[in-house]
Amino acid sequence: MRGKAMNEKNQNRLQNRHSEHLLGTGTPMCAGCGGLAAIKEIYDVIGEKSVFINAAGCMTLLANYPFTPFRGSWLYTAMACAPAGAQGVRDALDILLAKGRLAAAEDLETVVLTGDGSANGIGLSATSGAMDRCLDFLYICYDNEGYGNTGQQASAATPLGARTATSRGPLGYPGRKKDLFAIWAAHRPTYVATVSPSHPLDLVRKLETAKNLKGPRLVLAFAPCPTGWGFDPKEMIEVGKLAVQTGIWPLKEYREGKVTHTIVPRPRLPVDEYLRRQGRFAHLFQPQRNEDVLQKIHSSVDAYWDAIES
Amino acid sequence: MKRILLTGNNAAAWGARLAGVEYVPAFPITPQTEIIETLAYWIDSGEIDCRMTTLESEHSMITAAGAAAATGVRVFTATSSQGLLYGMEMLYTVAGWRAPFVMVNVSRGLSSPITLEPDHNDILAARDSGFLQIHCATCQEVLDGILLAYRLAEHEKVRLPVLVNMDGFYLSFTREPVEIPDAAAVRRFLSGYDAENIRFRAGAPLSEAVAVLGGTLYSYFRYEMHLAALNGLKAFGEIAADFAAIFGREYRDVEGYRTDDAELVFVMIGSFATKAKEAVDRLRDAGIPAGLVRPILLRPFPRERIRNMLAGKKGVAVIDQNLSLGMGGILHAEISSALYGVAGSQPIVAGFIGGLGGRDISAEEFYQMANETLQAVEEGHAPPPRLLFAREELAEVRRMQQIAGVTRNAGESHE
Ligand code: SF4
Repeated sequence: MRGKAMNEKNQNRLQNRHSEHLLGTGTPMCAGCGGLAAIKEIYDVIGEKSVFINAAGCMTLLANYPFTPFRGSWLYTAMACAPAGAQGVRDALDILLAKGRLAAAEDLETVVLTGDGSANGIGLSATSGAMDRCLDFLYICYDNEGYGNTGQQASAATPLGARTATSRGPLGYPGRKKDLFAIWAAHRPTYVATVSPSHPLDLVRKLETAKNLKGPRLVLAFAPCPTGWGFDPKEMIEVGKLAVQTGIWPLKEYREGKVTHTIVPRPRLPVDEYLRRQGRFAHLFQPQRNEDVLQKIHSSVDAYWDAIES
Repeated sequence: MKRILLTGNNAAAWGARLAGVEYVPAFPITPQTEIIETLAYWIDSGEIDCRMTTLESEHSMITAAGAAAATGVRVFTATSSQGLLYGMEMLYTVAGWRAPFVMVNVSRGLSSPITLEPDHNDILAARDSGFLQIHCATCQEVLDGILLAYRLAEHEKVRLPVLVNMDGFYLSFTREPVEIPDAAAVRRFLSGYDAENIRFRAGAPLSEAVAVLGGTLYSYFRYEMHLAALNGLKAFGEIAADFAAIFGREYRDVEGYRTDDAELVFVMIGSFATKAKEAVDRLRDAGIPAGLVRPILLRPFPRERIRNMLAGKKGVAVIDQNLSLGMGGILHAEISSALYGVAGSQPIVAGFIGGLGGRDISAEEFYQMANETLQAVEEGHAPPPRLLFAREELAEVRRMQQIAGVTRNAGESHE
């Protein structure tokens, strides 16, 4: 949570400022945070009849005593177990509803909110378990492709070649980004979707769909991270657009066994246009092009879309 | 009220049933599993109106337990040993949510080496978590302890989760006569769960467990929990008095057995204390004025009571079924600290480590501990902690080591 220190007065002042979104302003997130931009758009759809169950990550400091930007409820758990927290809350609400101790109007949507570190790694077992049990919950993951909160170390969601605080060598991160969408889909949940804050109409439509369904639902939000990725905060939306237009971040949804791409970039822009915008990939272009790594990145994007479009 | 033979595990299930638990997040582990199996059977056969969810780990199980309690239902769960440690992060966490519920721990020695039989390193690892702790010596106490635990956890001045501990095998799988109280009488003792102001409702948004930055808020909330835990001492007294009035069984935070005129006092927790009672009787037959002090409530720590009970004694033999590696017995340190700083002459406090991994403690060993402690009293200084371990046991270990060596060497010769 670098650069997020903020005094109370300042926070209070910002919090009272008019916001077009339901989520309050004045949070201590970095300027140009793509994750926060996505959550603002998402919260407008989900609304305040919700309890956000959070795991350790950047967004944990959204609720920072005594302030919160959420008009609904919030429960911080730990890094590994937000879906288990959702299980306990959901089960208890169902018990209270069944016993007539909770009016239907007082019911809440149980929403898990975590970053990619929790979603792909330490919390994956709890997530998988919640899906086996057909838990009725909505999982919002903001994917900034690293442990952003602790200074952008490589996570299971870090893409090949990216420089992170734990992969500073000339090749960048040597691993491969985990396919969380496919992992979820393999569990046959109710709904899985990817979104990007740069494509708000697509995002809102998917959130509306997710909101009106029951069962396990994931909305995986692309979260361009100026602090961790090395770009100017004002370019956040642009970076999001390029990720979609170059085919790096496919916008898609899974329902009833079928995956549909909601936006197919045609023509696809060259991947380098996306990579070149970010400091974390600069070493792939300077002092000279790293053809080997770039080739691997290009061909994996090409292979993905060839399979979709054939 | 009926009196039947029940294992400690069955007694725990009965305690939960009579407490009217509404939600049981579960995960199996030996020797606890029979508790959740029994509850599952009652749920499936419609005997109790309760919901059980099997989680994928104890870490998740304790999270779900705390989250459900924070949403406003009465929660019960159980674990043991490795499971308790796997969930340790969440023990500390959910205690801070101030969402009361009851968890049974069936004590079992910790890995490594992996084993099944009991000692108290598991439950004592949770000592500083914010969970209060009730330690049981009989199957009846397991059932009663759970009812007491709900009153304690939900007490308006406490609002902390409670662990009820029993020894694996010695209680969990041992059948003893247990009085099962009438459900109507239990309802007089324990009414429905009142979540007070901690509950999630659409109409009343609530932020729970939010981050605090800076030591001031953190210190405040942590110390507030400590004071709430200490409130448990007085609360336990009131609750136990209610219990005695309704069920006729009396519990104190610390049980004393023949302590009033005792010169030598054993201190221990859990089911092996019943062996100590037997030893006390035999020692008295032999003219040695022995007694037993058994803390039932270990958190909050009944310091004053323990002080008063041990004041003026000559020797105290603390028997620890646990081992703080590189230090010694955990209870020995706690009892010694309770006695330190009090005016007047204090007893010699000898420490013994016994019963690790389910190793029995023989009557003979109790007499020996009495002798050694009395000898230390004569000499005027406490001996260093000692492990109860017989010469024959050492010979047995040596024999096994030889076999292990042969097996290993045989394996190597194949390579
Ligand atoms: S590190 Fe990245 S994801 Fe985290 S708050 Fe800053 S911009 Fe957002």
